[in-house]
Formats: sequence, structure tokens, C-alpha cells
Amino acid sequence: MFFFASSIALILIGLYAVLVKRNIMKMVIGLSIMDTGVNILIISLGFIRGKTAPIINAKDLLVRTSSKVVDPVPQALVLTAIVIGVAVTAAALSIVMLMYSKKKSLEIEEYKELKW
Amino acid sequence: MRKWIAITFLLILGFFMLRIAGAFPFGENTWKVARQYVKNVTEEKWWVAEHYVDKGIKENRGSNLVTSIVVNYRGFDTLGEVTVLFLAATALAFLLSSCTCFRKYERIEASLILKTASDTLYPLLILFGAYIFIHGHLTPGGGFQGGTVIASAVMLMLLAHFSFHPNHEVLSVTEGLAGIVFAAIGLAGLIWGRSFLANNILPLGHWNRLFSAGVIPLIYIAIGFKVGSELSGLITDMFKVTKEE
Repeated sequence: MFFFASSIALILIGLYAVLVKRNIMKMVIGLSIMDTGVNILIISLGFIRGKTAPIINAKDLLVRTSSKVVDPVPQALVLTAIVIGVAVTAAALSIVMLMYSKKKSLEIEEYKELKW
Repeated sequence: MRKWIAITFLLILGFFMLRIAGAFPFGENTWKVARQYVKNVTEEKWWVAEHYVDKGIKENRGSNLVTSIVVNYRGFDTLGEVTVLFLAATALAFLLSSCTCFRKYERIEASLILKTASDTLYPLLILFGAYIFIHGHLTPGGGFQGGTVIASAVMLMLLAHFSFHPNHEVLSVTEGLAGIVFAAIGLAGLIWGRSFLANNILPLGHWNRLFSAGVIPLIYIAIGFKVGSELSGLITDMFKVTKEE
């Protein structure tokens, strides 16, 4: 329960930064924090108390494996999510670099071209 | 004003998320919990995760079950993921190639400590990355992690030495070849095996050995090369906007 609560808190903190902060860099940091919160949430969904990691490197794990290891599927999904998160952060940062080169400002209030 | 609206919205959202998460039994065996809710399930029917865990060693012979899920059972998904990474790197190179903006800033020379440490660490980090993706089917880690370690070595050198230029041609050729190898192994499975990315075209070998698990280590080595060269090229592109030609 503690893991669920803390990961939801991380997601909300990231969303708060995206919604409220005016600095674009802080918004990207908020996206990254939100990403981490989602990853922790998915990992803790697959946790089973008192069981070991899904790496079968000992003889006694070979028989009745499913009663001895945690769920490996969320871990595989999070592996995917981390890589996509890196790609998203890199793309967002390069867009921030381009925006800064146009107006020399990181404040979101300065960019009014897409408003109507 | 805007701040308080956002905080109220987030509190409501957090309340509902906590309620949903609170209904989920933390730390319980979810396979057993799920069984209580589904009627007419005999023991011969395998749940997906249970099948991966119990039959994974028999079908793939890879010690790391996460690797055998990522590369074999969900290998098609991983192919798509690699494509997403490729797309991001391409878009970034396109966006940053038009940016000439930061060229007039002077770069400060790196300190002696950073230079010496990165000269020492550069070959070691590349070796460590290669170790991680070669042993992806035995120990925690794999192609994505090993490739990221290699890219971090390149980034350290770029931070320390102003004159360090990774060869962009070599990086993009490596990336393309690794992608072709991944797709070719999948097609070989389609021709000689059961299905796309099937793991019965090579001998599976013995459990917990380096040469085992069929095509899984080959695919993960290809992914390691691909991610390493891709992220190195991406970091080089990001550094290039500060350099004058």
C-alpha cells in the first residue's frame, strides 16, 4: 500500500509541475517525474510478498517456479516504458532548445503563437 | 488562482487513484486472486504470466525470465519499441540540424579531474556495456541497458574533450545493420521455424550457460549495438549545436 501511495504521489507531483509551472524546463522535469511514478506503480503491482526475482539461476527454482518468483510481466512492460521515456525526454528537451533559440526565453507566457 | 484550481483537481484525481489502488491486494499472489473470480478454470489452463514463469525455462532455456519475455514472447512488441527509439533519434537529428543558435557561446575547458577520469573510464564503460548485453539472458540487464551504458561512455568523452568527434557514418551504419539483423532473425524464424521471431531455429543448449537460449542472445546483442549507436548519435547531435564548424 505504501508503494501505491508513494507512486501516485509522484505522478501527482509531476502533473502539478506540468500544469502550474511556467518554466518549460520544469515542465519537462515534471514529465520525467510522472514517468518514474508510473513505472513504480506498475512494478509494485507485480510484487508478491516473500518471493524472489524472476531469474532462475539456482537448481531449486527449476521446480514449481510459479510459487517462488514474482510476476515478470510488469517488469518487462516497465523495461519498454523506460526506453520510451528516454526517447520522449530527449525529444522534449530538443524542442525546448529550439524554442529557446528563437526567443531567448524559457517562460511559457512568451510563446503566444499557438493561442487564439 | 490557477495554482489552487490545479491543486483541487489533483487532489480529486489522487483520491480516486488511491481508491482504485487500495482495492488491489498488495503483495498477494495475483494469479491466485484472479482465479477466485473466474469460474470453470481447470488446473490445465495456464494463466499468461504463470505460463511464462513455469514453461519459460523449458521453451527458451534463458535464466532471466524478463529477457525471455521481452525478446521472445513479446519480441514483436520489442521490434516496435526499437522502431520508436529510431523514430525519436531521427526526429531529433532533423530538429537540431536546423539549430545554429548556441554556436556563439564559448565552451569552458573541462577540468583535469574530468579529463583524466573519463580517459580511464571510457574503455571500461564500453566493456561493461558489452558485458551487460552479452549476458542479457543470464543476469539482470540486456540490450537496452548495455546500450545505454555505452552511450553514457560517449557522453562522458564529449563532456571532457572538445575535440572528441564520434564518426557519424559508422554510428548510423551500425544502427542500420543491427536493425536488419533483428528483423532477419525474425524472418528466419518465419521461414525455418514456427512463426515470426520463433525460438526453434537454433539449438537451445543447456540451462544457465553463456551459449544457450537459442536466438535470444543474438537478438539482444543486436539490440545492444542498435541502442548504443542510436543514443550515442543522439547525444552527439545534442552536443553539436554548441560547436562551431
